[in-house]
Amino acid sequence: MTHNVYLYLLVMVIVTYAIRVLPLTLIRKPIRSRFIQSFLYYVPYVTLAVMTFPAITEATQSPVAGFAALIVGIVLSWFGGSLFQVAASCCGVVFLLELILV
Amino acid sequence: MNTASQYIRTAPRRKVLAQGLRDGIPIGLGYFAVSFSLGIAARNAGLTAWQGFLTSLLINASAGEYVGFTIISLGGTYLEMAIMTFIANARYLLMSCALSQKFHPGTKLIHRLAVGYYVTDELFGIAIARDGFLDPYYSYGAILVASPAWALGTMFGVIMGNMLPLRVVSALSVALYGMFIAIIIPPSRKNRVVAAFVLISFVCSFGVKFLPFLASLSGGTVTILLTVVISTAAALLFPVKTGGNESAKEDESHDA
Repeated sequence: MTHNVYLYLLVMVIVTYAIRVLPLTLIRKPIRSRFIQSFLYYVPYVTLAVMTFPAITEATQSPVAGFAALIVGIVLSWFGGSLFQVAASCCGVVFLLELILV
Repeated sequence: MNTASQYIRTAPRRKVLAQGLRDGIPIGLGYFAVSFSLGIAARNAGLTAWQGFLTSLLINASAGEYVGFTIISLGGTYLEMAIMTFIANARYLLMSCALSQKFHPGTKLIHRLAVGYYVTDELFGIAIARDGFLDPYYSYGAILVASPAWALGTMFGVIMGNMLPLRVVSALSVALYGMFIAIIIPPSRKNRVVAAFVLISFVCSFGVKFLPFLASLSGGTVTILLTVVISTAAALLFPVKTGGNESAKEDESHDA
């Protein structure tokens, strides 16, 4: 049984868009529950943190280089580095360390 | 309805759009690098440059697209595709719930539909970081930069992914995580509770690798489970002060 790439894409588009747009259109009023407000406040930080580590150490050829990028990224953004500066520095650290490690 | 139900812009539309464009530039650069590696995955799944471009233009999701390319290369069913797409992207459901609270209640449907098209980790991050209600034009500015960068990066990844040295691909692959770090660390500096839960999230996410049952689940599922459990714990132990959106309460008495 062969599948059509465009039908696959259509399925992906419909599911992904529904996930994103349903909460934005259905939840039209401020949520009053203090618990849900608090939960939604913490969600972005927790989910981004969960996705970052240990994944960053698995994305690179050498886990040590990925870990070093994590540390450099944290220190740099702690002291006010911009989104781009932090992302670029992480890439630079991995590139330089892997010249030695790999 | 009275004027309190209308969203009143605090800055001119053009200025807000320009702020979005400006904040979209670093995201676009990062996206270009990251989607380049996604293009390599698309190529391996047998997609053409056009199909890779189209996928990224319409879907805007790194993990979701990666999972999709894997299913295409394995020749999975459309149902499998639907389920895996849902699992890989379910975190956007949580983000959109959070983002719905950032909209003024009077924000029009057309803006909700348009901003919803591009709820990604980074766009969500910069939208949440704005003061007050989210002006949709800020998101549009960022989308105007980020969306073409993401789609073109994927296309170039398909075309010339195999020409780049492995070292360069390896270095570029951390750009995405660098952006995540840049979003979660500044609030951690201001708020110790956030800092503690970021650290707890790192530890738990690392720890589940050693639990046989959880380690067998997909990365997306583990992300959802940990997000729900850790955020619930944080919300129960350290509830935030309510009333962030004071202006929304004015018309409370008029609510049906």
